[in-house]
Amino acid sequence: MRLVLEPRAERSTAAAIASPLIAVGLTLLVMSILFGFLGKDPLNALAVYFLQPLTDSYSLQEMVVKATPLVMIGIGLALCYLANVWNIGAEGQFVIGAVAGSYLAVKTQGTDAGTWVLPAMLVLGALGGALYALIPAICRVRFGASEILVSLMLVYVADLVLDYLVRGPWRDPHGYNFPTTADFDPVATVPSIIEGSRLHIGALMALVVVAAAWTVLGRTIKGFEIRVVGAAPKAARFAGFDADRLVLFTFAVSGALAGLAGIIEVAGPVGHLQPGISPGYGFTAIIVAFLGRLNPIGILIAGLFLALTFIGGEQAQISLKVPLDLTKVFQGILLFFVLACDSLILYRVRLIRTRKAADAVA
Amino acid sequence: MQWLDLTYLQAIILSVIVASTPLLLAASGELVVERAGVLNLGVEGMMIMGAVCAFAGAELTGSTLVGTAAGILAGVAMAAIFALLTLGLAVNQVATGLALTIFGLGLSGLIGAGFVGQRITPAPQLDLPVLTDLPFIGKILFGQDAFVYGSIVLVIGIWWFLYRTRPGLVLRAIGDNHGSAHALGYPVLSLRTGAVLFGGACAGLAGAYLSLAYTPFFIAGMTAGRGWIALALVVFASWRPARLVIGAYLFGGVTILQLHAQGAGLDIPPQLMTALPYLATIVVLVAISRTRGVAGSAAPASLGLAFVPDR
Repeated sequence: MRLVLEPRAERSTAAAIASPLIAVGLTLLVMSILFGFLGKDPLNALAVYFLQPLTDSYSLQEMVVKATPLVMIGIGLALCYLANVWNIGAEGQFVIGAVAGSYLAVKTQGTDAGTWVLPAMLVLGALGGALYALIPAICRVRFGASEILVSLMLVYVADLVLDYLVRGPWRDPHGYNFPTTADFDPVATVPSIIEGSRLHIGALMALVVVAAAWTVLGRTIKGFEIRVVGAAPKAARFAGFDADRLVLFTFAVSGALAGLAGIIEVAGPVGHLQPGISPGYGFTAIIVAFLGRLNPIGILIAGLFLALTFIGGEQAQISLKVPLDLTKVFQGILLFFVLACDSLILYRVRLIRTRKAADAVA
Repeated sequence: MQWLDLTYLQAIILSVIVASTPLLLAASGELVVERAGVLNLGVEGMMIMGAVCAFAGAELTGSTLVGTAAGILAGVAMAAIFALLTLGLAVNQVATGLALTIFGLGLSGLIGAGFVGQRITPAPQLDLPVLTDLPFIGKILFGQDAFVYGSIVLVIGIWWFLYRTRPGLVLRAIGDNHGSAHALGYPVLSLRTGAVLFGGACAGLAGAYLSLAYTPFFIAGMTAGRGWIALALVVFASWRPARLVIGAYLFGGVTILQLHAQGAGLDIPPQLMTALPYLATIVVLVAISRTRGVAGSAAPASLGLAFVPDR
């Protein structure tokens, strides 16, 4: 018995929208089985994970706060993946962006610097992320090295750079030897949207990024170029599109967005630089990009949904005593199903019982 | 001069062997997978699952052998998920490999939560009455655990299979041009499935080595990027088994070098030394890809491409 794939003659829009929903449904099914194994009531556990956070205002705000980096990074990654360029080191670009932007915050600490500090920090963060992302891009176009492996290796390096800085030169002298910088000054902090709330203007910037990406992909030549190079490299060459330049472009943009997300995270919700500033945003954003079907609006929704899993996971850890790693398991299973369901849009799957003669070892 | 001291040198060589073995085991499996034309980026995930299941098996039964078997099985099970998606449903291999790694890191944490902090007796080392007691080389050549000897046998076996047997030839043909191989009547997907499962077994074994012999305990994320370095090693080796041994031992050497340099109290930030294996991987990837020219002609031509047979 084996699986046989038959290409579908036409692709329906309905299937394209239904596929991520089916994937989410199947993932929830597997999760409830998993909860059963852990000795928890599946329905109650799912409610704690996915419904409870939606019922109080603090969790809802927190969801937006966590979705902000996911959406920003996810948009950048989608540009890469559409062009068939594999940046999987967004986690490292996020960290380096945070470090680059924090440089200003640390250096102007306690001085009477003006309101220019925060905008300059954001620019530095984006620049840092972009430059860091250009390393694997240049390694690929100049030397032919796999951008997948180089960008991933740089994640470990970025974490160590951050670790060095907050344990060494940038450590808060009054911080009781904890590996952290001092809390950023008010001029170096991302302001809240409403006084006293956790919601910060980073969330609005994420919306701007979504709108910009939607325009670029749907309305400009650059967006067309990205999609052609990804879907039909030969046709793109005939059209005169430069694939190498596009690798540099998509890496730089996705690195800049990851770096921006990084500096917003430390200058906003975290408030200072410390190790472990990201619970894996750079990797989760890969799932966000695919769950959103590499579409900016889809990514916005997928980002909110995956932010929900982070908060639900934390709440489930407290109230149900299930390990936090369950969230990663959930994210992994979700990506499996998303990818599998995407394949069902392209192919019709049939089970064939008899072995075909052609399949016997010649 | 500490470096001239033979016992010190012996200790360094012994630790290099220990650090290299998991890389060699995982990379050998991935080499076969990639020669068949499949790119499985989930080595890290299969490896950590091997590590946790091996530790759980050994802890519960008190047997290293049962633990090793559990580690291998875990690797195979993970690889089976990958095979079902990429070979059965023609899903993008890069994305599926990433999913496998995320899933494996999470699930291993879940399984391993109850085992953190526990210890087991490490895998036994060979002890031959006369040979192991030989000065200097005795302990290096005749005092290792079964994993180390197994890794060398594995590489030789893979070399023999790929270059001296007919199925090995077919496997390489499939990796270089799946369309032609299919047209000639070779079972592309069946052979690839076999290769992927074999790769999973090797990654699981590598993970088992980490938690049963290298440390011997389990902590979350203990593979620390070794699965990714194994992937880079396959590129470094230009997809040839013999060069894989050189590469794995070179990287094991870099890992140990940074540990000893940190121990020697050199005035270098420890973070820089810890970053050394990762930086070395990047340098090696660039150097090796550069000498081969863009597009890497040594890579199997069908590497990473989905195959859907015409009917």
